[in-house]
Amino acid sequence: MQLTLWTYEGPPHIGAMRVATGMKGLHFVLHAPQGDTYADLLFTMIERRAERPPVTYTTFQARDLGTDTAEVFKDAARAAYERHHPRAIIVGASCTAELIQDDPGGLAKTLGLPCPVIPLELSAYSRKENWGAAETLYRLARGLAGERRERPARARPLANLLGPTALGFRHRDDIIEITKLLNALGVDVNVTAPMGATPDDLTRLGDADFNVVLYPEVALPAAQYLEKAHGQPYTKTVPIGIGATRDFIAEVRKIANLPETAELPTSNLPWWSRSVDSTYLTGKRVFIFGDGTHVLAAERIAREEIGFDVVGLGTYSREFAREVRERAKLHNIEALITDDYLDVEKAIADAHPELVLGTQMERHISKRLRLPCAVISAPTHVQDFPARYAPQMGFEGANVIFDSWVHPLMMGLEEHLLGMFREDSEFHEHASHLGVSSAPAPAPIPTAAEQPVAAAPTAAAASSPVEPQWTDEATKELKKIPFFVRGKARGNTEKYARERGLTTISVGTLYDAKAHYGR
Amino acid sequence: MNESVSIRPHGDGPAVHHERGQRSVFCGLTGIVWLHRKIQDAFFLVVGSRTCAHLIQSAAGVMIFAEPRFATAILDQRDLAGLADVHDELDSVVGRLLERRPDIKLLFLVGSCPSEVIKIDLVRAAQRLNAKHAPKARVISYSGSGIEKTFTEGEDACLAALVPTLPAEPATAAPSLMVVGALADIVEDQFAGLFKDMGVDARFLPARRADAMPAVGPNTRFILAQPFLAETARALEARGARRIAAPYPLGAEGTTLWLKAAAETFDVPAEKFEAAIAPGLARAQMTLARQREKLGGKTIFFFPDSQLEIPLARFLAREVGMKPVDVSTPYLHRALMAEELAMLPAETRLNEGSDVDAQLDRVREKRPDITVCGLGLANPLEAEGLTTKWAIELLFTPIQGYDQAGDLAELFTRPLARRSRLEV
Repeated sequence: MQLTLWTYEGPPHIGAMRVATGMKGLHFVLHAPQGDTYADLLFTMIERRAERPPVTYTTFQARDLGTDTAEVFKDAARAAYERHHPRAIIVGASCTAELIQDDPGGLAKTLGLPCPVIPLELSAYSRKENWGAAETLYRLARGLAGERRERPARARPLANLLGPTALGFRHRDDIIEITKLLNALGVDVNVTAPMGATPDDLTRLGDADFNVVLYPEVALPAAQYLEKAHGQPYTKTVPIGIGATRDFIAEVRKIANLPETAELPTSNLPWWSRSVDSTYLTGKRVFIFGDGTHVLAAERIAREEIGFDVVGLGTYSREFAREVRERAKLHNIEALITDDYLDVEKAIADAHPELVLGTQMERHISKRLRLPCAVISAPTHVQDFPARYAPQMGFEGANVIFDSWVHPLMMGLEEHLLGMFREDSEFHEHASHLGVSSAPAPAPIPTAAEQPVAAAPTAAAASSPVEPQWTDEATKELKKIPFFVRGKARGNTEKYARERGLTTISVGTLYDAKAHYGR
Repeated sequence: MNESVSIRPHGDGPAVHHERGQRSVFCGLTGIVWLHRKIQDAFFLVVGSRTCAHLIQSAAGVMIFAEPRFATAILDQRDLAGLADVHDELDSVVGRLLERRPDIKLLFLVGSCPSEVIKIDLVRAAQRLNAKHAPKARVISYSGSGIEKTFTEGEDACLAALVPTLPAEPATAAPSLMVVGALADIVEDQFAGLFKDMGVDARFLPARRADAMPAVGPNTRFILAQPFLAETARALEARGARRIAAPYPLGAEGTTLWLKAAAETFDVPAEKFEAAIAPGLARAQMTLARQREKLGGKTIFFFPDSQLEIPLARFLAREVGMKPVDVSTPYLHRALMAEELAMLPAETRLNEGSDVDAQLDRVREKRPDITVCGLGLANPLEAEGLTTKWAIELLFTPIQGYDQAGDLAELFTRPLARRSRLEV
């Protein structure tokens, strides 16, 4: 029994729904109690789909349990076929129906429906959403792709895109971006599945020369099956980030035996990242959490393409634990493999990052900890299903990633200026030139004791009872410092003096403090 | 699986069709989302599956990030293998939870479909845990499972479970008024004020704190503020309390009749009653007159959701001139709905139960001006050119009483106004 408030993944039947909803002409008959239809609103609200998900729920109730829930299932399956005339049906049980042990596969078979019926075993008490999606795609490929057949020699090789589903993080636009990239390389796309595919399309999976695995969480079992049954190799690199996209291109060229002649699209990321405004990004402490695929991609981008320091790395995808642990070693940190958001919250707080890259949950944790954050992985809320084109994959994806990671941070010059002005008391004691100044003209150089309470009263109270006094020379020296850093210099010097119990601030103290606080 | 039988009711009101089929509704667990806000020192622990946790997470939206007082104890393979362990596991989960949240005074163990199907005895678990943790924290159980409860029935089950634990009112006590059903605090305060002006001291179930729950006894008169509280009403009657029959306090008329039923029970003089309601009633009528211009003559279709459908249809028909063409409710408790049914236009098609495919066929055929439905149906229907009002908002928004009457009507005006604005 696990005490849970937030779950990174839904139950496995949600994964099956993501496959069914991504496809066309496939219907899912789900043996489930009344109430499980809540899942519809994930698709109609978060992804803003304009149709109901193609799912018929048996919605059995307590009164059905005494009689025959198997009959309820058969009625629902028959009615679903009559109403929707799907080209294929998948059947499965949600957690409660798994307990009552009706056998949806066997029951559906006895109906003799005039379309393929593919049973799913969803193991609701040991597996989760991504596993459910992967299992469903695997069963569909197994059930519909047919026997291995001869593939004719073609001028342009043919590939399947495997893995995009409904409710996938940026799957819609990743498909477009990678299709464009493959086309530019000289590869045509045979079937994209499950998103956009029909059951009839799946019967053509075997026509492709190879498979592109976009999201291993969903596509890997199907790709491995197709490799074995149809002799189709599959790509191992997920093209998120410049380096990964280049590696992906090399991998595709190798698999498809393509020359390196094609002219490829480019990305702004390498130059944006080299431009001087990005210098301040160097060594920014970043914490990365999400699904395995996106976390591994983000780690590489952070390390090689933006120049962050990775101070935390983790995933809720246990299937990827080994790879994520390996990658964490590059940064001398321990990978965080957990699906408990409280563990993640604690790890973030302990790591003191300057930027968090994560899911919707990390967005909220960051809000609570007042840290900048960007979303890199599912689960996400409605705002991460944007109206605009926003892929993560390929070269345009790299542009999107650069913008979305950097925007929560302050831009370089902006940060520099604000950093100087933030603690500048002269700057704050005057009202804005847009307003009326009620503040009296400032004394030449007020001492710490004379300053308004706003200047860190707790720090002052906690240190020596005697406030250090500026010597005349030190005061003159301080005036030579440009006004926009003067406040900071004064504050730092006084803090330095208090911490050392100095009663007088001399010119020497001023420069000692500068040396102490300077980076 | 589709059945539709028409039965003439005994009393007034339209004929009732009974439908059975696929139900597109929330389960009773969803009630936790508003109940935990109402009872400020209660915690709701669902004993269920990952699906239950995912459901509450999806229904609670951003609320999930605000340290809410609910959680799910997710059953896993180990719990299913040997039932004996489940109680030990539950004890340790509850122990840790109460240790971490010492502010919790009332813990609800909430049953789910999986816990019901494998027959985890939560009643016994609650007794055992109560013996262990009382008086610091009391433990009570109820079922919110989809196989037994539809959406708002979760609140009914919760309050019904609370009733046996309410303090006993002495048999010699003066007659007292209990208002039953979770209301937004602002609405509760308004009603308390109105009753006070009439010289009636009203208490509310549920109270905002576990130790402030109202007492009950043979001199208690209770009035339902929500229509879905059949089991709670029975439990209160079992403790000797008597129900005041009334329509529900939606709209100016509904609120007046509701208050009046209580006032008459407590022999409030007519002048005193009129004086108490006059300002609120006048404000409500003024705001409703404006909404009537926008909504008058428009047809409305209700999918089944919360059991609020009939009072809402009655309000919209009588106070802003809408035409309810098809009203479905998940359950119809005839005794609790008698006053409402008598006021519903006779030509309304009234349905009890659900067959979502049949309802979709009807809504497409009738093409109402507004369709009230769940979030799983709203966008698909909008895409078909129908204007929708998503129903769940009617549970989370303060809608009862005089000063909310205009807001309630406005919830239906807004989608229409939006549709007429958009030109793309």
